[in-house]
Amino acid sequence: MKEIVVISGKGGTGKTSITASFTVLGAPTLVAADCDVDAADMHLLLKPDMAIQEDFYSGEVAVIDPSACIGCGRCAQVCHFNAISRRGRTYEIDSLACEGCGYCSRVCPTRAISNHPEKAGQLFVSTTRVGCTMVHAKLGIGSDNSGKLVAEVKKRAKALTEQQGKELVLVDGSPGIGCPVVSSLSGASFVVLVTEPTVSGLHDLQRVCELIEKFKIPSGCIINKSDINPEMTEKIVTYLDSQHITLLAVLPYDESVSRAMIAEKTIVEYEQESPIKDQLKNAWHRLGDFLKK
Amino acid sequence: MKIAFTTKGIDWDSIIDARFGRTDFIVLYDEESERLTSVDNRDIEGVAHGAGPQTAQKLFDLSPDVLITGNGPGGNAAEVLQRAHLKIYTGAANMTIKQAYEAYKKGSLSLFE
Amino acid sequence: MGDIVIASGKGGTGKTTLSTNLAALLAETESVVLVDLDVEEPNSGLFIRGTETKREIKYKQIPQWDSSACTLCGLCQRVCNFHALIKLGKEIMIFPQLCHGCYACSDLCPVEALPMVPVRMGETRRFDLDKLVFIESRLDIGEEQAVPLIAQTKGYVKDTFASYTYRIYDAPPGTSCPVIEAARSADLVILVTEPTPFGLNDLKLAVETIRQMGNPFGVVINRYGVGNDSVDQYCETEHIPVLARLPNDRRAAELYSRGQRIYTELPAFRSELEKVADYIKKLSGSKR
Repeated sequence: MKEIVVISGKGGTGKTSITASFTVLGAPTLVAADCDVDAADMHLLLKPDMAIQEDFYSGEVAVIDPSACIGCGRCAQVCHFNAISRRGRTYEIDSLACEGCGYCSRVCPTRAISNHPEKAGQLFVSTTRVGCTMVHAKLGIGSDNSGKLVAEVKKRAKALTEQQGKELVLVDGSPGIGCPVVSSLSGASFVVLVTEPTVSGLHDLQRVCELIEKFKIPSGCIINKSDINPEMTEKIVTYLDSQHITLLAVLPYDESVSRAMIAEKTIVEYEQESPIKDQLKNAWHRLGDFLKK
Repeated sequence: MKIAFTTKGIDWDSIIDARFGRTDFIVLYDEESERLTSVDNRDIEGVAHGAGPQTAQKLFDLSPDVLITGNGPGGNAAEVLQRAHLKIYTGAANMTIKQAYEAYKKGSLSLFE
Repeated sequence: MGDIVIASGKGGTGKTTLSTNLAALLAETESVVLVDLDVEEPNSGLFIRGTETKREIKYKQIPQWDSSACTLCGLCQRVCNFHALIKLGKEIMIFPQLCHGCYACSDLCPVEALPMVPVRMGETRRFDLDKLVFIESRLDIGEEQAVPLIAQTKGYVKDTFASYTYRIYDAPPGTSCPVIEAARSADLVILVTEPTPFGLNDLKLAVETIRQMGNPFGVVINRYGVGNDSVDQYCETEHIPVLARLPNDRRAAELYSRGQRIYTELPAFRSELEKVADYIKKLSGSKR
């Protein structure tokens, strides 16, 4: 079983649109996993049926029982996250700010504070409109995006891949460089980096490369919207070369991607001609070749 | 010598778990008594952060001389395991415990540094 | 009134485009400090070319084990909800990356064997450019907790720039903890989106979040024209003020790609941006 993870340091580069396109191209051979749990979007293009929905719990949140609270304020004194404030005669906890450390509950003289498992989101297992299975999730508001939900999505996707006798897990990874990305990357056979030729695109690409260097996973790059700044595209190409990262595709800026999205299709399915359709198909074939090695 | 394995089950033909921190079971084989014992690690699923060190702690309490696993421990877990002064071998993913043990005896697994 | 946070459910919608251009526009007449709170991937600095006037290492507080005082009672391990401490034989091991800095283990240790000590987590830099001050905080690679650095940066800005007319914060994308921390106690939150299905989907998540937090908020639609009017319709149905519709213009993308200001080059962009500035001025006027 192989795993391709698509990431981008920066948001908005086209990562999800590209991953969805790859899912369509490779549907019979794979299970898709949307690990961008903070802002999951792949479902908008793939129309999953959400056949299985599960609550996901992570961490705790503290709650004060006002009838037991004597207003001593010890809890507020020890809270380092500014989550506790006075309300009339008693104290209350802002659940969005509460980190679930449990300290306040340990110092309350009347045991008025209890800790509850926090529902941090939901996990879904679906069949997409192109026939393959997709595992995806929605992180709850204000939740700690620890990477645990991402790990759960991947675990489920891998288990299903094995069960179904498929060869590949295709992951829409999290943006940024923190835990969720690390969690997205663990176990990857190949990483696809999506970037754009802007000062921030290059900057964030470099930060991400620093991160993946540690994992020593072979990687390739797709430069999206390349013609808005040909000089910057050149800079990126040079940088990729210096890092021994394969250049998988150089896609021009194409508004038909947005039009396709509104028609609820990926660009590779969209009827109108587009310069990037063939490039994406090529990139997908090249990925297939890499994985066979 | 006591040999520990990260596994998906508790018998000789159970498969090795490639992961360390979130492994389902830790199986311990005592070469002297020729006995196989196990620790159920599946409650680690509820742990958001720090799975590696928690599992390493369980392993520490078993005092093995050798650990056989798939990919190897992550950073935090590796730090804990250093204090256990044991030898770690990787590359056993997808083997059965029996096969992994034989591979270790033959010297065909990789030493994790 | 003066604390404005620019956020978005999704990355790449134009938060930084808006915050940098808006800050520059407001700074033409008022004192403005622009703060980049996207500490994992701070980008605003690529668009603001000021002189660096200050650089400070930022520290988080982490417990440190004092083996001579420790009795190995194991209480610390029991009170840590994040498994950042474990007792291993005769040693207490600490995992700084897992520590959330709650101080429970340190304060509750019966023999004070876990004093909290400062450990580097990142840096804050200050840049000055005419009337505009730019503050950037950047988390070191490998650091997992963004919230402490965001909180410290906001504290520093509130103390140092209380007299400035506007404090504009570029928040991290998404709706998780770091965004909550950034948007807390803002006088106005501006949500940036794009008029596409992805944009609308993530705007809804952001709106849910800000509504729960209770701050006044409005929406700016970027790349207006590239998609459809579903975002407009959503905002109308939900009675959410749309403060501006920044036009979809390839030239804007090109200027952005080079780290250049957009509103000075594109009049259509400028007139929309001025609507945002006017809204803010009106809001501060009515609060006096």
